Amino acid sequence: MRAALEASRSGVDVALLSKVHPLRSHTAAAQGGINAALNEEDSWEKHAFDTVKGSDYLGDQDAIEVLCQEAPGDIIELENLGTVFSRREDGRIHQRPFGGAGFPRTCYVTDITGQALLHVIWEQVVKAGVRVYEEWFVTSLVVEDGACRGAIALEMRSGQVQAIVGRAVVLATGGLGRAYHPTTNSLISTGDGMSLAYRAGAPLMDMEFVQYHPTTLKESGVLITEGARGEGGYLLNAQGGRFLEKYAPKMMELASRDVVSRSEQTEIDEGRGVDGCVLLDLRHLGEEKIHERLPQIRELALDLANTDIIHQPLQVRPGMHYQMGGVKTDVNGATPLGGLFAAGECACVSVHGANRLGGNSLLETVVFGRRVGAAAAQYCQSVAPHNVSEAVVADEEKGLKAVLERPRQQDTTARLRHEMGTTMNRLVGIFRTREELAQAVDKVWELKGRYRSLGLQDKGRVFNFDLVAYLELGYMLDCAEAIAAGALARQESRGAHSRRDFPQRDDEKWLKHTLAFWTPDGPRLEYAPVNITRWQPERRTY
Amino acid sequence: MEARLRVRRFDPESNDGPRYQSYALEVPYYATVLDTLLQIRDEVDGSLALRCSCRSAICGSCAMRINGQARLACKTKILAMAPNGEEVLVEPMGNMPVIKDLVTEMEPFWGKVRAVEPWLQPKGPPPQREYLVPHEAMRHLADVMGCIMCGACLSDCATLETELGLGKAAAQTFLGPAALAKAYRFVGDPRDGADADRLLALSRPEGVWDCTRCYICVEVCPKGVAPLEHILTLRRKAIEAGYEENLGARHTLEFEKTVRESSWL
Repeated sequence: MRAALEASRSGVDVALLSKVHPLRSHTAAAQGGINAALNEEDSWEKHAFDTVKGSDYLGDQDAIEVLCQEAPGDIIELENLGTVFSRREDGRIHQRPFGGAGFPRTCYVTDITGQALLHVIWEQVVKAGVRVYEEWFVTSLVVEDGACRGAIALEMRSGQVQAIVGRAVVLATGGLGRAYHPTTNSLISTGDGMSLAYRAGAPLMDMEFVQYHPTTLKESGVLITEGARGEGGYLLNAQGGRFLEKYAPKMMELASRDVVSRSEQTEIDEGRGVDGCVLLDLRHLGEEKIHERLPQIRELALDLANTDIIHQPLQVRPGMHYQMGGVKTDVNGATPLGGLFAAGECACVSVHGANRLGGNSLLETVVFGRRVGAAAAQYCQSVAPHNVSEAVVADEEKGLKAVLERPRQQDTTARLRHEMGTTMNRLVGIFRTREELAQAVDKVWELKGRYRSLGLQDKGRVFNFDLVAYLELGYMLDCAEAIAAGALARQESRGAHSRRDFPQRDDEKWLKHTLAFWTPDGPRLEYAPVNITRWQPERRTY
Repeated sequence: MEARLRVRRFDPESNDGPRYQSYALEVPYYATVLDTLLQIRDEVDGSLALRCSCRSAICGSCAMRINGQARLACKTKILAMAPNGEEVLVEPMGNMPVIKDLVTEMEPFWGKVRAVEPWLQPKGPPPQREYLVPHEAMRHLADVMGCIMCGACLSDCATLETELGLGKAAAQTFLGPAALAKAYRFVGDPRDGADADRLLALSRPEGVWDCTRCYICVEVCPKGVAPLEHILTLRRKAIEAGYEENLGARHTLEFEKTVRESSWL
């Protein structure tokens, strides 16, 4: 939506397609906040350094400089547009501490920051009169003469397939969390944009870097914000000890997410967990602070874990949360494929490198959403209008019809999705080995084979969620393939990618980005240099 | 444990009308209604249509009527609805047309939200930095912003139900709790400069005075937004701003006068 808004401000004709109403987007689930160096004692350089260090030096520093330099301006704009940021006594925006950050620079709206920002941007989209195609599911990108010229989409309400012609296409489809089970991600986070770009010939970058969030609920996998630790929460093992003393003595619970998640998993694996979890203890914050700063978290823990965080520690465990990789773009969101742009979690600029800091993902969506909207609008001025031939739409329709006509088999979409999710979580999770990764690659390949003969139960056209789930599974399998292949190839440990068989970071061989190109025989991997401007790689401790 | 659901189904592509279908399946004790519906879709009936996304009561997709009241399926535990294994009744939201199974036409809802001009309208150009505003004002508005636009309040709104029952076109009906809470979010914002225009517009028919104060919106709101309270605040502010030329305001003022003069109601 931020991209659509910016493009519409530039005067081009914008259509916003979304498989759900835009307010249902996964951005709403972001709880803790958004980073910007607003305080006089802070600086964008410090923010950039924290981000570079958090990324384990894999982030492109030119992109990180853009992110951190432009952050304050975007925060002020969001405030001016109506975001109800929590305030300091003097009426300025209050900022809370967050993981991996050397300064309290996370702006927030209690613990509903993502929802608050999403709604404000939507208000502006409504005001600007941007045409929104709600509940249109994109099935493929149209590539002609080496450039992207639109998309083919299924209007879910009618079940009809149509071409949306565009001089430029911006992907802002979010993450792929559902390729893992469990995950904190929404049911709609199925890697659609990444797969669409990948199939269209654009490379996916650094897909092996998958973030596990340190605090997710045991049974549902639902997220508990990093703000809970930012406000002073402790992580305890079965003995009641703050085990991070051993792993991150300086930053403790506010070390970066990869470090905290690995520490938790180690405690659990070595028998110091509680029912496969560790404990998040917020009792010492007191009732008033919990009501003031973490109201939604209290409600979630009550509803989904039957725990009142005011009186009891909460069982939490690391859970798949975020994809650092995505469609490779430059700092304006342009992918290597002409006319195709991407921003947000589905893109890899790369500002997060091997590990993202909390509070930087919302920031990425607004900074690069704005930049990509402007860049795409500018690109539109440089290309002539065109049409998409009827034959392309007819082909797509034929393909979907064939799927709809196949009878439901013993094998189902749900079964394959479950096998994929549990495989990815078990074999391509926090700690990885060559054997396990090789198994994962084989398993995904096997699932791709079985996918081709799946049949559906719902034969109708109107709101056929059976068909949508089938198409989403295809997208996720593409993503899973790129993740597993990248992880198997990368023989080092960096950020969220921890190889038990290669426990050290290896800058000499592996300070480089992985690029995955689609081929019918599985991904072809290439590598690209990391852009280093002013921060040379150092040892990373917290 | 065993969960038993009775789900209202409707297939717009068949010639049959709505029907009820019962399901019984094994679920964990902590299963929500949403978990159970998704399990039905995965294991039993792939054609069951419902909207859902976040599973954590923040995206607003999965409002539906459960045991006769609008609730978020993801926030409603089977065990809470059926402590003794009773059948749980699952139906689409009310006050809006059903498209398929549990999927309703939400456009009437969005139309009402759009009608209140739901964006900040500040007076004059923005400041150099952020507006300097008290924390308490922002914290209060954050609770109102907690509205996830799920539609539960509109689904069960008694005023709207009556108006639709009388055959009024959807566009000429009461704006409803969610849209009015959204309007309050701007009227109550010290940064918004369009209070007078907003209050005038909200004093017209279909606005704040159409509410019958039945309290259902407060009861069904899954986020504790309490729309009615904000509707009442808007009424007070509208009268304070001098918008008295309408039935609702005159009625209120007459009551006040009677009580003041005679101590009788």
